Amino acid sequence: MNTNTRSSTGIGARVPRLELQRLLSGRGRYIDDIKLPRMLHVCFVRSPHPHARIVSINVEPAKQARGVEAVLTAADINPRCEPFVGVALHRPGHRSAPQLLLASERAVWQGQPVVAVIADSLAEAEDAAELVAIEWAPLPVVGDQMQAIAPGTPAIHPELDDNVAFDFSLERGEPAKAFAEADYVIEEEFRFERQMAMTLETRGLIADFNPGDGSLTVIHAHQSPFQMQDVFSRHLKIPEHKVRVIAPDIGGGFGMKLNLYVDEMAAVVASMVLGRPVKFCVDRLESFVSDAQARDHRIKARIAFMKSGEIVAMEMDDIAAVGAYGMPMRFNVAEGMMAITITGAPYSFENYKARTRSIYVNKNLIGMYRGVGMPLACIATELLTDLAADKLGIDTVEFKRRTYRPKSSLPCITPGGQRLETVSFHECLEKLVELIDYDALRKEQRKLREKDVFRGLGIATFCEQTAYGPPYYGPSGAPISTQDGCNLRLEPSGSVRCVTSLTDQGQGTLTGIAQIVADTIGVSIEQVGVIGGDSSISPYGGGAWASRGMAIGGEAALRAGTMLKHNILALAGTITQTPPEALDIIDGQVVNTRTGQPVISLADVGRIGYFRQDTLPPDHDVQLSVSASFVGNDKMYYMANGVQASYVEVDCETGFIKVLGQWAVDDCGRVINPLLVDGQVRGGIVQGIGAVLYEECIYSDDANLLNGTMADYLVPMADEMPDIVVAHVETPEASTKLGAKGIGEAGLIGAMGSVWVAVNDALKPFGARVRHQPFTPERVLDALARARSGRR
Amino acid sequence: MTDLVGHEDVDIEATLNGKPLKRRVKARQHLADFLRQELELTGTHLGCEHGICGACTVLIDGRSVRSCLTLAAQISGKSVDTIEGLSQSGRLADLQKAFIERNAAQCGFCSSGMLLTAYELVSTGEAASRAEIREYLSGNMCRCTGYHAIIDAVEAVIAARTAGARQS
Ligand code: FES
Ligand code: FES
Repeated sequence: MNTNTRSSTGIGARVPRLELQRLLSGRGRYIDDIKLPRMLHVCFVRSPHPHARIVSINVEPAKQARGVEAVLTAADINPRCEPFVGVALHRPGHRSAPQLLLASERAVWQGQPVVAVIADSLAEAEDAAELVAIEWAPLPVVGDQMQAIAPGTPAIHPELDDNVAFDFSLERGEPAKAFAEADYVIEEEFRFERQMAMTLETRGLIADFNPGDGSLTVIHAHQSPFQMQDVFSRHLKIPEHKVRVIAPDIGGGFGMKLNLYVDEMAAVVASMVLGRPVKFCVDRLESFVSDAQARDHRIKARIAFMKSGEIVAMEMDDIAAVGAYGMPMRFNVAEGMMAITITGAPYSFENYKARTRSIYVNKNLIGMYRGVGMPLACIATELLTDLAADKLGIDTVEFKRRTYRPKSSLPCITPGGQRLETVSFHECLEKLVELIDYDALRKEQRKLREKDVFRGLGIATFCEQTAYGPPYYGPSGAPISTQDGCNLRLEPSGSVRCVTSLTDQGQGTLTGIAQIVADTIGVSIEQVGVIGGDSSISPYGGGAWASRGMAIGGEAALRAGTMLKHNILALAGTITQTPPEALDIIDGQVVNTRTGQPVISLADVGRIGYFRQDTLPPDHDVQLSVSASFVGNDKMYYMANGVQASYVEVDCETGFIKVLGQWAVDDCGRVINPLLVDGQVRGGIVQGIGAVLYEECIYSDDANLLNGTMADYLVPMADEMPDIVVAHVETPEASTKLGAKGIGEAGLIGAMGSVWVAVNDALKPFGARVRHQPFTPERVLDALARARSGRR
Repeated sequence: MTDLVGHEDVDIEATLNGKPLKRRVKARQHLADFLRQELELTGTHLGCEHGICGACTVLIDGRSVRSCLTLAAQISGKSVDTIEGLSQSGRLADLQKAFIERNAAQCGFCSSGMLLTAYELVSTGEAASRAEIREYLSGNMCRCTGYHAIIDAVEAVIAARTAGARQS
């Protein structure tokens, strides 16, 4: 890496994204923009009931409708695909019923696909779907997790006996004793409603099965083409080398487009049945009942501490409703496991007890979404420690200073089992305090309270597990690769072509890779072309998810760049009869390191390397295409960290909350491109604010979704959001040359924590506490009314 | 025959991206589908198809309009501008440049609508505060950027345009 000759486009530079001119001119190619010859369109008839038996299905009128090619039911589709069992083998006791593509005898969530209608146009498919007649016999519904585990509630899947998918407990030290002997114990309850990722572009794919050679090409708006190549091959029994998955431009992923969806599988099967390309794009209304959802937790948490300020114990008890099946490959235990294992991580304490249960209910599946369980851990920890500081009469910042794990204790394993190595809690906090002018804000807050203006300041510290490695997914039994790879080729003209196994849903991954390649070889970024997201042309890899792109794929690019540079210099040395050690590449020129004089251009190296090998010695082996892969075999994750602050105002008459300011200090190791990193942080923050204040899939008690439009499911819009100040501490990851950790989820995790704490800080003069997310005006007013009547 | 409502054809004559357009359209087809499917102008995106997200924004007679709530048949006699035309003519160039420099787009799915709404605002030639810019763009959802960078970009263009107007 040319750290000493850092260019304006290399590692650490604010390089604008390479694809933006294209995307901003309407020249993106998203899945629904693509047409293939003879392409058909599929839409699904879905269950209107959360739980019902299928008495009969009549598809005849639909089959006769204009433009219809086929109407397929479970009997046509299911036998062609190996069922999915969404169970993590490394979580003993985790159970799920097998999930088939289309509902056959009964449907277990509202929105489960039942019939596939395939026609020449989407409009014709949708018209024909209206003609499919299904007779339903509604069954008793398990609406939420408390009902699901109550004695006498029937099991949704009788073969499982009850509705418990997973029940896990952990204990470190002597929590019972610590709680009994503590000077103070504070207990809180938290409720997190279901929410959506709400990518602006919905899910979609075009499946193109070619009966001529038995090959399957899927253009798939998915974050991990390799995962899907494996799934299509394994479950549809197609030899893997005949499966190709290509990610087009993708309109946002946020983890949601990482999950596995039975409707998408059924669309691929339809292409196999019909031998023609089939497009499936979810419409917005469908996305509400079929995109993997997130959260839906009820948590009780406790903290025990001494008059001295020492935290002696924490406890978490989480009950999550995970939908009707286990999410295949990505597992529905992840939120609960993360929530209980990361709780308390930044703080010094030794005794810990935790339990998480994942519970089946008659609702859509819970899957991956940005942050997974990490925000829940952050919220529980930060609200409890903030209240503990109050109890002790210590300022919350001072309490953090005293109780964060000191640098001297690193590396360490927290009571929840988190390995902390290069975290920087104190540095981030001090930077934040300076950034927000903490004392002045507190003073203003106190002053305004006298005028009945209720503002709150919340500070949240968080850990972010980024870039999961083989120790996580390996033992899970899921064929998910946590390595990434990079092919590089010097072109005859001296420019560099790069193919990465990563994908890009807007993060700017591909630009980051170009920077690393350019910097490592010694060319400008304009000389590097990057392609990602095609399972047939790059080394095997994971893709962009779990905040892993730069940490893993970036390291692979760095290694490939080092190899290619070595080979270029060897060839340049042979051509110019100079020892390669005396050569370097600067700005696309091979130079003599001693004199700094240009020796030969990369264009000449390329020209001779490809077209004039006849001028080289017979034994010079020209290798101008290289490939490197990387994964840390023993790394469970790269732990990033940060601190955020929110300054909010609560209107205690109306219950409305306004976020006035938001600040983030993040440590994601080496920053490859601050422009893009800040974009990740700010985007994550706004999703986090949305989660706490607005976003909720509202279900009736019997599991009917009541708000399936964007008019009724509120997301943050520009006028409600604050400006966001972002700063960094850079503590490089020690185990890689690049030193990058992930950044994708940090913004959301910290913002959810800081908004929770800030709103509750604002309500302190009333003794009120809001604990039910999202904090709708109604819930805020409820909290105030409870406090007024002496209830908590 | 209620199921045939909207299947009848309508002849339209309009101006699209500065060029005359003569077509026969289905009465029930909305403008977004007409642009995307019939004309392959796929730069206009669909995020919700019910008027909330703003991804489908186009300009009709210079005013931002949601093409998912507009019927193709309604553009007859009017002038429609889409992201493709406004990009090609260079009229969006300063906004695009500002968006690129500040990373005001991530996945880019909201960007066509965002740019066109912003274009309508900056074309007024009026100064606008950050709060006013936020308000003006509040009908365009962006799930990726957190809006801050978009506001920065539009603010910069307004500043440059109003400074330019003062000088000339
Ligand atoms: S697609 Fe038209 S407003 Fe969302
Ligand atoms: S950039 Fe993705 S929605 Fe705005």
